[in-house]
Amino acid sequence: MQQNSAPACPVMAKHIKIALVGQPNVGKSMLVNSISNAHLHVGNFTGVTVEKTEVLFDYRAYQFTVVDLPGTYAFTNYTIEERVTHDFLCNEEYDLVINVVDSTNLEKNLQLTAELMTMSKKMVLALNMSDEAEKEGIDIDAPYLSQLLDLPAIPVSAVSKEGLDELMDAVIDVYEAPLVEPKLIFSEAVEEEIGNIQGYLDRHRFRAAISNRNIAVNLLQKEKKTYRVLHDNPLWTELQPMLIEADRHIEIHHDSEDIKEIFAEEYAAFNRGIITEVVKEKKQTIKKKTMTERIDNVLIHPLFGIPIFLFFMWSLFQLTFEVGSIPMEWIDAFFGWFGDLVGNTIAHEATRSLIVDGLIAGVGAVVMFVPNIMILFIGIALLESTGYMSRVAFLLDGFFHKFGLHGQSFIPLVTGFGCSIPAYMSARILKNDRARLLTLFIIGFMSCGARLPVYVLFAGAFFSESAAGNILFAIYITGALIGLFAAKILKMTAFKGADEPFVMEMPKYRLPSLKLIWHTVMTKTWMYLKKAGTFIAAATILVWFLSNYPHNDALKTTFDNKIELAQSDEEKTELANMLQESQLEHSYLGSIGKFMEPAFEPLGFDWKMTVALQTGLAAKEVVVSTLGVLYAIGDDVDEESSSLITAISKNIPFASGVAFIVFVMIYLPCLAASVVFTREAGGIKYFVYLFIFTTVTAYVLSFIAYRVTLLIT
Amino acid sequence: MNILTDCPRGCETTIKKLHASGPLKQRLISFGIMKGATITLMEYAPRKSTVEVKVGKMRLALRKEEADMIEVEDAAK
Ligand SMILES: Nc1nc2c(ncn2[C@@H]2O[C@H](COP(=O)(O)OP(=O)(O)O)[C@@H](O)[C@H]2O)c(=O)[nH]1
Repeated sequence: MQQNSAPACPVMAKHIKIALVGQPNVGKSMLVNSISNAHLHVGNFTGVTVEKTEVLFDYRAYQFTVVDLPGTYAFTNYTIEERVTHDFLCNEEYDLVINVVDSTNLEKNLQLTAELMTMSKKMVLALNMSDEAEKEGIDIDAPYLSQLLDLPAIPVSAVSKEGLDELMDAVIDVYEAPLVEPKLIFSEAVEEEIGNIQGYLDRHRFRAAISNRNIAVNLLQKEKKTYRVLHDNPLWTELQPMLIEADRHIEIHHDSEDIKEIFAEEYAAFNRGIITEVVKEKKQTIKKKTMTERIDNVLIHPLFGIPIFLFFMWSLFQLTFEVGSIPMEWIDAFFGWFGDLVGNTIAHEATRSLIVDGLIAGVGAVVMFVPNIMILFIGIALLESTGYMSRVAFLLDGFFHKFGLHGQSFIPLVTGFGCSIPAYMSARILKNDRARLLTLFIIGFMSCGARLPVYVLFAGAFFSESAAGNILFAIYITGALIGLFAAKILKMTAFKGADEPFVMEMPKYRLPSLKLIWHTVMTKTWMYLKKAGTFIAAATILVWFLSNYPHNDALKTTFDNKIELAQSDEEKTELANMLQESQLEHSYLGSIGKFMEPAFEPLGFDWKMTVALQTGLAAKEVVVSTLGVLYAIGDDVDEESSSLITAISKNIPFASGVAFIVFVMIYLPCLAASVVFTREAGGIKYFVYLFIFTTVTAYVLSFIAYRVTLLIT
Repeated sequence: MNILTDCPRGCETTIKKLHASGPLKQRLISFGIMKGATITLMEYAPRKSTVEVKVGKMRLALRKEEADMIEVEDAAK
């Protein structure tokens, strides 16, 4: 049961811990952002806040901890989010609940409020989106609402930041005052039974953390925890017959046998009463279509909806390549120049090679793709925050369903184009375990942002600039299609069983807040850069070391002698190149690559590509930096091929390049994602399945791609 | 018996009974799909595989299988 007494806090300032609860999409995250100036991720589709987030800040003489709980429609434990929220509210310690509601849809939101009111917790109601309500001509009499519910109800707007101070002041007042039970009135029959049970508990001086009235309500609702507690009490023998009688009475009155449904109707009736009292809506003379309706007429049109969506995606990839390639050249040139600059100041040969060829070339190769990644993230953030994402889920559900997937799988899958890690986590919106596992298994087929560098590199190396954008789009679409077929196969074999129902809210369209998009994109880009600076830099140094050592002195002497004897300069350069090559082949990395080469030979990969694939298991960015290091060393002597793109197009045959792309498209995303996958799927055994499944698929398809390309070129 | 998906696009009607059970029924109820609620059929996805409905002020997407569980009054309009 809940604990009502807050622990005595030994800290200087008074500490208030707030649980922020609301239905999905009411602007909870945004509200915490505005109150605390923190920057949580805000999105306009159900299920952004999957994990609970804590934010700390000071206001007046108090210290606040706000726990932003995942959005929940009701206490039904239907989805993981709802379970997280429900568990937190029942089992954790907190001082007070802020229930955030959407003023433009108060009736539906009060459904959750009514359930919260049965918890005997201190509570404040935040009537969010008051700016929007005003625009839509909805007028809420907040003081009267407060009076009716016996709860402070404060109109606020997370966007225009109105009412925030009033809200926090109300929170402090409620915190300092003793608990007032909110008023929730049921129908006559239910009230009578509540009275009976409450009276019985009162007479026997039963005491618990929540009031006896609420215990009665919970017993009638068949709330499991309350049952369990009272079941072990001696009172139970007398209570049980009372409850059976009460059930019968209520069921007769409602003409239904589903007590959950009965209570939902009770709450709904109560809420309707409240709404008629406090909400005044300006009647529109002509029934005008709302903006959302007008946009939906186009965007989810039965015929044009899907082509429009495909067009958006196509534009995004075009932009990613076309616009992204402009700053890319500058960055490439900058790192070339920077490498030379630094190289000239270092006398020691091995150190210089480490810094210039290893570190600068490797990290440079990764940083080069920041513009592309930013554009992709902006696209995904727009998709999320406008509300378009759920429309696409609506459009695609029929199609997805054929492949054993769920329309809502679309959300993790699209997130997967950005990064597999949040994608794995957002798969939690799927309730059914089989549907969720299936989605988890194919998220990897949606090429993540980290694979983009590999594609951009190869597309740039083998195709003209005008075609590269289309190639990029084709790569992503192909990956997604392969994913769908993989899903179908998995659904028919490993994940047989009933389908998860599809019931999803379609939020209003909203103009995305530029500040927030900017913030989301910057956070993600910064994370990418941080990865480049730490993890990838370290991997690069390792690759550099493995490719430079052991030094084969005998080899060097033989070649040095040959170079001495060489007649022309050309011959000398050639010999020096050959020396580099064979040094590389005899290095540790060369040995590993050579060892694995036979396995990848049927796919047309040389040992350098083989090595790049293996280092790519750590992270896909490392594929590029490995290639950067390997080809930078091999080509050091050649002045012209400073850029990796040229090196690739010169050294790798077209068919091998295609096969390489296919392989990268399908095999495991990265170490970090694998860890998250294992956690979300619920066991290492699933990771083993995933590893085998993706590697075999990658190998087979890559082989086919290689052979077919050889045939047609 | 009238079911929701018999209604044409744009029709507005009242829910008579939910033929769902267990968690799905509770889910529908938590979205406001319950006896007595007014429901409007907004849009069908291609081949009627999915429908968009409006309950109160909320728009919802339902798959045909789920929509078929909703019994409604005569589609008057
Ligand atoms: N007009 C208006 N929009 C808001 C307000 N608060 C949030 N939003 C928008 O509502 C959407 C959902 O917000 P979010 O914080 O992600 O909701 P959550 O799911 O409850 O955390 C976002 O597009 C916000 O920009 C508000 O007070 N006024």
